[in-house]
Amino acid sequence: MTPADLTALLPLIILAATPVVVLLVIAFRRSHLLTLILTLLGLLLAFVPLFTARSGGPQNVMPLLVIDGYALFYVGLLVTVAFAAAVLAYPYLKRHTDRREEFYVLLLLATLGAAVLAASNHFASFFLGLEILSVALYVLVAYRREDERSIEGGFKYLVLAATSAAFLLLGMALVYAQQGTMAFDRLVLQPTPNLLLLVGLGLILVGIGFKLALVPFHMWAPDVYEGAPAPAATLIATVSKGSVVAVFLRLFVPADIGSSPTLFWALSAVAIASMFGGNLLALAQNNVKRILAYSSIAHLGYVLVGFLAGGAQAVAASTFYVVTYLAATLAAFGVVGALSNSRRDADAIEDYHGLYWRRPWLAAVLTVALFSLAGIPLTAGFLGKLYVLLASVGAGLWPLAVSLVASSVIGLYYYLRVIVAMFAQPEAEQGVSPTHPLPSVVEGGTLGVLAVLLVGLGVYPTPIIRLIEAMVANLI
Amino acid sequence: MNQILPILVLWLLAGGFLAWLAGRWSKPLARWISLGALILHLGALAWLGVQVAGQQTSWVLDFTWPWIPQLGFGIHLALDGLSYLLLLLVDLLGIVAVACSWKGIQERVGFFHFNLLWILAALTGVFLALDLILFYFFWEAMLVPLYFLIGIWGHKNRRYAALKFFIFTQAGGLLMLLAILGLYFVHEQATGTYTFDYLQLLGTRMSPAVGMWLMLGFFAAFAVKLAAVPVHTWLPDAHTEAPTAGSVIMAGLLLKAGAYGMLRFLVPLFPEAALRFAPVAMVMGGVGIVYGAILTFSQTDLKRLVAYTSISHMGFVLLGIFTWNLLALQGAVMVMLAHGVTTGALFVLVGYLQERMHTRDLQRMGGLWSVAPAMGGVALFLAAASLGLPGLANFVGECLVLLGAYVHHGPIVIVAAVGFILAAVYALWMIQRTFAGPNRHGWRFPDLTGREAAIMALLVAAIVGLGLYPQPALNTAQRALETMQQYAVSAQEMASPVQPSDGGAP
Repeated sequence: MTPADLTALLPLIILAATPVVVLLVIAFRRSHLLTLILTLLGLLLAFVPLFTARSGGPQNVMPLLVIDGYALFYVGLLVTVAFAAAVLAYPYLKRHTDRREEFYVLLLLATLGAAVLAASNHFASFFLGLEILSVALYVLVAYRREDERSIEGGFKYLVLAATSAAFLLLGMALVYAQQGTMAFDRLVLQPTPNLLLLVGLGLILVGIGFKLALVPFHMWAPDVYEGAPAPAATLIATVSKGSVVAVFLRLFVPADIGSSPTLFWALSAVAIASMFGGNLLALAQNNVKRILAYSSIAHLGYVLVGFLAGGAQAVAASTFYVVTYLAATLAAFGVVGALSNSRRDADAIEDYHGLYWRRPWLAAVLTVALFSLAGIPLTAGFLGKLYVLLASVGAGLWPLAVSLVASSVIGLYYYLRVIVAMFAQPEAEQGVSPTHPLPSVVEGGTLGVLAVLLVGLGVYPTPIIRLIEAMVANLI
Repeated sequence: MNQILPILVLWLLAGGFLAWLAGRWSKPLARWISLGALILHLGALAWLGVQVAGQQTSWVLDFTWPWIPQLGFGIHLALDGLSYLLLLLVDLLGIVAVACSWKGIQERVGFFHFNLLWILAALTGVFLALDLILFYFFWEAMLVPLYFLIGIWGHKNRRYAALKFFIFTQAGGLLMLLAILGLYFVHEQATGTYTFDYLQLLGTRMSPAVGMWLMLGFFAAFAVKLAAVPVHTWLPDAHTEAPTAGSVIMAGLLLKAGAYGMLRFLVPLFPEAALRFAPVAMVMGGVGIVYGAILTFSQTDLKRLVAYTSISHMGFVLLGIFTWNLLALQGAVMVMLAHGVTTGALFVLVGYLQERMHTRDLQRMGGLWSVAPAMGGVALFLAAASLGLPGLANFVGECLVLLGAYVHHGPIVIVAAVGFILAAVYALWMIQRTFAGPNRHGWRFPDLTGREAAIMALLVAAIVGLGLYPQPALNTAQRALETMQQYAVSAQEMASPVQPSDGGAP
């Protein structure tokens, strides 16, 4: 390891050191606010070297990791998301439980795992990153120990994630047996199918599919989202999925999925099933967290459509879509968390009835977030969808494009249902709902920034698209 | 000078924001702000009209700015005679919508006017945009505020109506989006340049099958907006459940956006496909005229009745557009303007009645003339305008459409002419059931107030003006319509030089 390697790795090193520091500080002095400040400081510090490292060009650190524009972009994105999630978690934890500080340690660990995934260039680092991420998430899902649903969610996530890890490992082993290497960049798909390689890659895709909750590996998502406390669900929906998309693109885009018809058709089927499955299953839900779970299944389907288009445009489209999805999901879960009280999360649709008349700003943020998820113009989600459609139509994938359009029309219905509930006139005699605590300044500020970001990206995304295109050049 | 085009859009957006903020402190202030914003907007338009009068080019103003160059999206706004007329309609009906909500809307006044002005801003954008993505952007952007307008301030069944409206129009819009993207790549394959710019996309070569599919994508969006039969079912619900201002805007402006889309984009971009599709579209128009009129009879809800007349009138527009000769096109534009003003006025009148009677049920009305003679007079006048009485605006438009279409499409014109008779029957029958006859239910309520009378006077003056002296409006639109015809014809010749062009039909 050279000094250059160490400088390149600085963001990851800082991310790894912060949880240790926080853990030590907790051992001596339990202070919620101090822990939060240290966490945010660590995340900020990890963000700074991203700018200096950018000028260096791709830097391979051992065979395991590569620090290039792509990795830096995703690390930056995930660190930002973790930052926002930590800020949003603070008031929630303050209201909820007496074991608050450990949450941040786990959050930092999850972020570290996610960052490793974004920079991984090798099956070993892929698996390591995924496990760091998953172990942190198991605990986070079950964080409200007194709540049965939380425990149930935690167990479900543990069992299924472990199973999916087994699939992943077997797949890696098969690919290794065939290729003789575990580095991503040596992986080349041949037009003539090689059964061992195909099965190996298929198993890896099963593992990734579990993590992204793509149909038919989506069963866990609604229960886990419902059971997990809002900030933990936020992390599963954002940091976890974002980082797995990052490693997925890194692994499969250079391999050129189009050259293997079997994988291509299998992934197309998964994409279509996820889009329709997610959107159709969400229709029958009355729980906002479950709605968001099903909606995120559909959204990962859209990302997959972008990916399947192949080429630079595809990575740019998928990445931009992920950015818009992350911002909207953060905002939506942030509002859910802000509305939750010490007894339960505000996840029933009735909790949102007439919200606009009581908490107009929170309702406005949630409206913007849901409109963005639904893909309505003036919000980021619209341009994200447009970008993905552009890529898929450009590649001539009309069935996928048409499925995307059709399923997002179905999706409109349940987003609008929540919005309609928020804008409904509250009954006169009904007092203040039990689950509407006043949002704190921190929450309000973060959510406000997210809403502005969603609209800003929806009106003028040129800077971020420029950034994404520059980083794509690294990958292809 | 060209920079005024984006300002026309931004002005209304800013006005909406200001009204929202002001509404938190004072309800009247919000109303005055939005009224003031619209009057200034109208003033700017009038000034613009004087400045560009007499210019010989079709596009009098043109504004371009790179928006998201990586994806080939640009901001391209341009003004011609057709957009100018429709912008005038936007401002006129916008002022009417604000004025007629002055007393009726008492809840969340600021947010109401925010939504109202944003719809108008998006419509302004729709009538100016020449970049297809920008057009789609504005096209969809008007849905959300309109959805809120219906969903929050509407009548009893508002949530269902708002949802239905939203999903119908969104589904149509997304099909158009796919077609836009398809056109983008077809154009790239033909010429090697990626662009969404309307003027560059004109005359793109494509195979007949591709052209037909893309044309159908556009047609889906525009037909839903235009409420052409059989995709009209959202209209009666949405128009009936919306607050008066929402109904005025939907009937007066939203339906016109669909017609405008066909005129501006659908036929010029896909002349060949439109020609092959024209018989179907014209039959849809003819069916719409008659079917809308017949359905009008069976209504017992006054507002729903007015809503169904729109379907009938929009049939004429569809017929006129797909006839595609200058006479019929002029007629279609006139019907758009006339219907906008007339139906807007009818909805305002229904709003007055509802505010006073708290019902729209025709069976509980009758004999209202003795109660409110001024209102009755206005109603009779509007009914006469709606049935196409010569000398009033609708007659000019519908007559021109029939004249234009008669040359090549006699049978459809005969069917459409039946619509004229039906219109006379339902319009008079409506008066019969509301204002005429004995006052069996003992209604007592005040006649038109000064504010209400002023709104009506404005609209009645517009109807009479357009009816007696339509020439200025026709002249304004003429060059724009001729240019669009040229686009279509030249593109068609480029695509298939052997095909004879018969008298300007597409």
